[in-house]
This record gives sequence, structure tokens and C-alpha cells, in this order.
Amino acid sequence: MKLRHMIWKELWQRPTPMLTSLLAVTLGVTALVAIQNITVFSERKIAGDMESLGANVLVLPPSVTLQDYYGADMHGHTMPEEYVTRLALARLPGVENLAPKLCVEADVDTIPVTLTGILPKSEFQAKASWQGLGMLGNAVGSDRGCCATAADTGEADNDPNSLATTRTIAELGDRDVILGRDLASQLGAKIGDTLPLLGEDFIVLTVLPSTGTIDDGRMFAHLHSVQDLSGAGPVVNVIEIMACCEDAAGGLITNLSAELPETRIVTIAQVVQTQIAVNGLMSRLSWVFLSILLLVGGASIASVMYANVTERRKEIGTLMAIGASRNFVTQMFLGKAAVLGLAGGAAGFVVGTIVAAVLGPQLLGIHVRPMPMLLGVGMGTATIVAVLASLLPARRAAGLDPCLVFNDA
Amino acid sequence: MYQLNSVTQTYERRGQIVTALDNSDLTIPDNDFIAIVGPSGSGKTTLLSVLGGMLAPSTGDVMLDGESLYDLSVEERTALRGRKIGFVFQSFNLISWLTARENVQIPLMLSDKTAKQQEDRAMEMLDRVGLSDRTDHRPSEMSQGQQQRVALARTLANDPQIILADEPTGNLDSETRQQVMSYLNEFHKDGRTIVMVTHDAETAAFAHRTIRLVAGVTNEIAMARAA
Repeated sequence: MKLRHMIWKELWQRPTPMLTSLLAVTLGVTALVAIQNITVFSERKIAGDMESLGANVLVLPPSVTLQDYYGADMHGHTMPEEYVTRLALARLPGVENLAPKLCVEADVDTIPVTLTGILPKSEFQAKASWQGLGMLGNAVGSDRGCCATAADTGEADNDPNSLATTRTIAELGDRDVILGRDLASQLGAKIGDTLPLLGEDFIVLTVLPSTGTIDDGRMFAHLHSVQDLSGAGPVVNVIEIMACCEDAAGGLITNLSAELPETRIVTIAQVVQTQIAVNGLMSRLSWVFLSILLLVGGASIASVMYANVTERRKEIGTLMAIGASRNFVTQMFLGKAAVLGLAGGAAGFVVGTIVAAVLGPQLLGIHVRPMPMLLGVGMGTATIVAVLASLLPARRAAGLDPCLVFNDA
Repeated sequence: MYQLNSVTQTYERRGQIVTALDNSDLTIPDNDFIAIVGPSGSGKTTLLSVLGGMLAPSTGDVMLDGESLYDLSVEERTALRGRKIGFVFQSFNLISWLTARENVQIPLMLSDKTAKQQEDRAMEMLDRVGLSDRTDHRPSEMSQGQQQRVALARTLANDPQIILADEPTGNLDSETRQQVMSYLNEFHKDGRTIVMVTHDAETAAFAHRTIRLVAGVTNEIAMARAA
């Protein structure tokens, strides 16, 4: 027989108070696990949504007013392409991708089109100074919020269709052109067709999938080709920046303004800030719930333990009379508390995960999966609370006078 | 051997000093069998607590085998109790949620015996008190006499040199009383020292010596052959 054997048998000897304590601890951990689970998967969903939105910061010439987020480059004002270089060299934290653009009006067989010059990533890579900085080759950002998934997914960018989702493309030839879905239909063009544009023949590299945005009616070609053929020179209308949500909502805009004071920085900060705030609130709320419920659980355990000590006075006295040390008696009660904490933590994890799995889709439209990390957090927190709550009762038990075992004591 | 030198034990109750043991001297040689008798409140239990190393006297020395018991730390006295002293209680003090075998295993567990050693010794002791067929029974499933026999088996588990018994037959009928006293007598014959508190003259008659305790003062009133 070992101490753990005695603890286990005693636990089942008095199941009602044990189950009450267990329930209190389980509820605390359930709240933590459910809310944290929903929060984390909500953040991931927001990250995905932000990623599909593409750029979340725009650098515009100072006189431009933002009328439409996707049409921000249709204003006719320009700024030097050199700003892109400055931004890249500045290595601002939170910047994941840069996408400079120049829009010009052109005709394809007398059909007026908007031709947007874009800079493929290969151009960035070709600039040794940028490559040396590791810029744009690797995503910059934290592992939370919008940056939960890297915006710069090199393999995906090799697909020209990635332009529709990430607003960037890896490779684009001088005489390649990419068509939006609507424009392709209007021109009756398909992949491999040749289109006359600004006096040159361009080959259709791909037709983008429908995005539901203004991009569906546009065609995209290499920025430098558009600059040369339109005679606009080394200028751009807009620099789109794919930034991490937290940074876009925080210090990045200030940093960008400091770096490019002669431009106007526009962000969807309000949206980002709201999402970040909601996530943060939920996360903090889960800890508040956990604290309150574990406090209640701790108080319940302390109360049960005190009652247990009172109920077992003679038993403890007997053990001490026949050779049990104070340390042994303390371990007997703390061991019991640890078992309750571990069991409550594990049960709370299971129930919390089920609650999150049920409520997640109903409340927020998200699907959650078990997060093993929360099992450790739940069990650890519950065990610490249970043991701390039992310290005083255990000390009281260890301090009992063994003389009470005698008949008239 | 126990040697009590001028042991005084006083308590404060409601602002009044109560003397439980008053300058008592007592020598208990090895393999003695002593009955301590006296009216309620005469200090019998206090004397047993002092002998058991559980209550430090206000003044005086308690020597056990030449070692001053209360110069040892609480933990050292606990360990010594586990090693040298066994207790028999009036209400048996068995752990209600453990089986007979597990109850006997407790002192063995506390002295760090292996599971196998614990089980073997517990079975041996239960067999000695005639309960080898009740090893998996809980106390509530046994008679009073059987419970006291389990308690006796537990007392013997660590082979103690001294047995301190507090009214060991107080809760038993006359037949079971005889049986329990026979076991105690047998343990005495094994070479153990037995100090027994009792208010029952028949039970006290089993002892070699009878010490009467009145108002905390010890008086030897009889010395007889053990029954």
C-alpha cells in the first residue's frame, strides 16, 4: 500500500463533497477552454478574412481622396516608384508585402480598358539590396491575428491566379497580361490569346477567378511595361501594403507616415482595430471567467478540505500515533487536492472543447478543433488552485494533536 | 525501559491551572505489564500520552531506553513511536474505508516496507489473531471483538517493544474481553512491555503491577502474577 492508494480510496469514500469540488474546478476550466478555443479560431478566421482582403494599407499621393478601397488607384495622380524602394529598405515591422500599381487607360480593339501595371516579386528579388534584407522573401509578422498565417506564401504566388487573393504575383513577363474575369468575357479572350495593347502584342497569361471587386474588369501587366508604353515614366498611383492586423492597427501607420511624409497613408484601421479589440476582449474575458470560477472552485475545495479535516480528526490522530509524520499527513491532503485539480482540469478541457465545438459555429460561424495546449493549461491551473486552496486545511491536519486519539481526550 | 522523573503536567482551563500529573516518578522495566487505574480526570490518559511521546510534560524527564524522549524533535519522536511503540485504543481506531489487511499495513507503509513485505506481514498478523478469513473485510463488516483483534494485529505489525493500551476492553463484552486480554498477555509473554489504562478491576488483574493514579499522583497498589 502506498500513499496514493490511501488518497484514492478516501476520495471514493466520500464522493459527494469530492464531486462538488470537482464540478467547481471543472466549470472554471470549461469556461477557459471554451472561450480560448473560440477566440483562437475566431482570430484565425479573421486572419483568413484579412488575407483574402489582400492589402490593408494604401500609400497614395497626398492630394488623393480615398473613395473606394479597390478603386484607390484610379485617380490619375502619381508618385515616384522610388518610394517602394524606400519602404522596402526601411524594414518596417508588420509589413508583409508591397504591391505598387500604376493604372492607365488603354484600348483593346477599340474597347476601352483599364490597364494596371503591377510589379512581380521577381523584380524585388532581382534587387540585391532588398534580397539581402530578406524582405518579401519571408513573411514579417507575429503568429497571431492577421499574421496567424503568413501572407507571403511563395508557392501559391507562382500561380498567376494568386493575384486575385494575395494581390501579388511571383513572375510576370514583359509582354504578359492577366485578365479579370469580366473583362475576359467582354473581350472574348482566353489563356494564350494575343491582345494588341499600347502598340504592342501581349499574351494572356491567365484569367483571374471572379473576386467580386473592381479587379474583375481590369487587365494587369508588368509595371515597367506599362510605365514605358504609356510614357508615364517611373511612377505609380498607389502602393498597396499587406500588413499584420496588429501593426496596421497600431504603430505601423505612424512609421509609414514618418518614412514617406510626402504621401497619404490610408488603412482600414477601424475594422482591424475592432477585430483586434474583440479578440483581445474575449481572450481577457476567458481569464476573468477562469479566475472567478477557479476562485469559487478554490473556496469550495478549501471548505471541503476543512470539513474533511474535522471529520477525520480521529483518523489523522491515529495515523500520527502509529507513526505518520506531519509531512505524510500534509501530503495526504495535498495529494487529494492534486487529484481533484488534475481530474477537474481534464474534465474541464473535454467539456470546454465540446461547448466550443457546439457554440462556435452557432455564435460566430467558426469551426473549432481541440487545442491540446489548453489541456496542459487547464490541468496546471486547476491543480495549482486546488493545492493552494488546500494548503491551510492540510497544515491544520498536520498540526493536530495526536493525543486526541485517546478515550477521554 | 521507561523512567519518569518528577514529571508534572499542567493545563490551563478557563484561567485555572489544572494539574494532570503531579511530580510523578515511575519506572517501567522492560517486559513489564502495568495497569494504570484511577477515577476519571485522574491523569491516566495524560500519562499514556506522555509515555507515547505525544505530550511533552511541563517539567520533569521521560527516559526511554536511556534516551530523553522529549529532547527529540517531533519528527524523531514520531519515527520512534512507529518503530518502538504500538497503541491499542478503546474504540479500535481502525480506518473505516480500508480493509482489515490494509489497516494492518498502515504502520508498515509508514515505515517504508515494500508492498510485498506489507502484505506478507499483515497476513501473518491477521492469522495470529485468528482473522485470516476476514482480511478483505472492512471494519463495519466485522464484530467489535474482530475489530479489536484487527487493531491488535495492526499494533503488532512493526513488532513494537512497548504496547500502550487505552481501555482496550472498554467497548467489549466479557467473552471478547477475555479473548483480547489473552492476546495482550501473549504479547507480553513475547517479551513486550505493556502499559494499560483501565478502570476495570478484572482487566487490571491481568497486569503484573497496578498503579493507581489520583489527582495526578502515582501510587503502586498491587503487584501480582499475570493471569
